[in-house]
Amino acid sequence: MLKVNNLKVNFGGIEAVKGISFEVKEGEIVTLIGSNGAGKSTTLRTISGIVKPVDGSIEFEGTDITKINSSDIVKMGITLCPEGRRVFPDMTVLENIKIGAFLRSDDLSNDIERCYRLFPILKERNKQLAGTLSGGEQQMLAVARSLMSRPKIMMLDEPSLGLAPLVVQDIFKIIQEINDEGVTILLIEQNANMALRIADKAYVLETGKITMEGSGKELLENESIKEAYLGKKK
Amino acid sequence: MNGMQFLQHALTGISVGGCYALIAIGYTLVYGILRLINFAHGDIFMIAGYFMIFSFAVLPFPIAIIVTLVLTTLLGIGIEKVAYSPLRNAPRMSVMISAIGVSYLLQNLATYLFTAIPQPYPEIPGLKLRIEIGNISTSFVTLITPIITILIVVGLLYLVNKTKMGMAMRAVSRDYEAASLMGIKLNQTISFTFAIGSLLAAVGSILYFTDRSTVFPYSGSLPGLKCFVAAVFGGIGSIPGALLGGFFIGICETIIKAIGLSTFSDAFTFIVLIVMLLIKPTGLFGEKNIDKV
Ligand SMILES: Nc1ncnc2c1ncn2[C@@H]1O[C@H](COP(=O)(O)OP(=O)(O)OP(=O)(O)O)[C@@H](O)[C@H]1O
Ligand SMILES: [Mg+2]
Repeated sequence: MLKVNNLKVNFGGIEAVKGISFEVKEGEIVTLIGSNGAGKSTTLRTISGIVKPVDGSIEFEGTDITKINSSDIVKMGITLCPEGRRVFPDMTVLENIKIGAFLRSDDLSNDIERCYRLFPILKERNKQLAGTLSGGEQQMLAVARSLMSRPKIMMLDEPSLGLAPLVVQDIFKIIQEINDEGVTILLIEQNANMALRIADKAYVLETGKITMEGSGKELLENESIKEAYLGKKK
Repeated sequence: MNGMQFLQHALTGISVGGCYALIAIGYTLVYGILRLINFAHGDIFMIAGYFMIFSFAVLPFPIAIIVTLVLTTLLGIGIEKVAYSPLRNAPRMSVMISAIGVSYLLQNLATYLFTAIPQPYPEIPGLKLRIEIGNISTSFVTLITPIITILIVVGLLYLVNKTKMGMAMRAVSRDYEAASLMGIKLNQTISFTFAIGSLLAAVGSILYFTDRSTVFPYSGSLPGLKCFVAAVFGGIGSIPGALLGGFFIGICETIIKAIGLSTFSDAFTFIVLIVMLLIKPTGLFGEKNIDKV
């Protein structure tokens, strides 16, 4: 579904992504793990058309989308739920949900109901300003907002960042639910343990390069991964 | 000053204030979306005056008004495209300098093309009609200016708060990247904002110059500065703030002139700016900061 070939991204003189290739198949949950500054966010922002690569290509459902602008990329069915949530703080919860469907002009009521079903708290808070929500609620809102574009593939950048363990579990459960409803998932996580557990396929990104790949289970059991990302000593 | 005289001056003040408000909104909208003080805004207002003079000379007045509104809107969009949009990722100071450059360019261009001699502003039929209400004598334009202003502001608030385009404007003014991720087109939204700001400056220009009767290349600079102060006073970024700021500056200025302190009236505006910046830098309705990081 989504194919990234030899992608290179620079910021000024810094090479943030140094020629990575990976693939996301339809219906899968794929995760990209790696430490701070590895280039994970940059990869997703490049797929979304926010950042332009210096080399390489991105293919979605057989179309080259490397040079397409971010608005058309959303229209094609790719959405990014960005790092740090980035909800619009001075809009209400409901407005935030609606703005996720900015490019759609059909009826939204079913989709809004779906968001409320996944995240009942958002229904309770729908008139509240998003900036006054707690961190976990904001993350749920960000996921709901991304869903509103009816994506074929949803990219999530560290959805568990700064959340309490219980909330993290909720979020991961919902990511799986969304996947069960037919949305392909590309997930970035520092919380490698959780991410690998739900992933069909995983890639490890280190300073701009992919150093390892395999099924979620394989990487969970890999000794060097255990040491570097799962905080376990040999 | 007796009651009647006071009312008379208050009416004039409200009218001038209405014009100021229309221009102040342009500052506020552009600041909201680009965090840029568009120093060229007063000069766009001045050029709108010339657009009216020349289109009125060859066209019947209703069409001349439309031509003026359209040309001014296009001028605003054009300035953004040429002078600001290439600097989207540059430091804010560079864009500001570019704005100052555009301001001087427009003034000098107007001097070069139309000379520095004040040109008579056309009289739009009906607008200068004298109207007597009791002992108060005023012109039609003075009466309708605040009404037009308030209607426009109501329409604008609806646009910003209830329409999709308004939603895009609010999103872009908060967070470029998050807005792009929603599929919102930045450049299109920014152009639209400049279009609205310039259109309002054109309306303000017609109402303002009809009352002043002449236009010259610098007739935008002082009103421009005053309206900037009005926008800061009301809280830059806020539309109701700009409206209130415009009325406040207009009324105070007229009353100060009326009590015989004409020479002091412009200085007053800037005292307002300084006092406001000292006691409440975010203005009356300044942006509430509720960001959670
Ligand atoms: N806009 C930018 N300008 C300059 N350098 C940048 C920019 N964005 C990212 N970088 C650099 O690119 C590298 C990769 O950053 P990126 O945000 O992709 O890392 P990450 O893997 O998402 O890290 P984290 O887990 O901390 O979010 C870093 O060295 C970062 O400093
Ligand atoms: Mg990141």
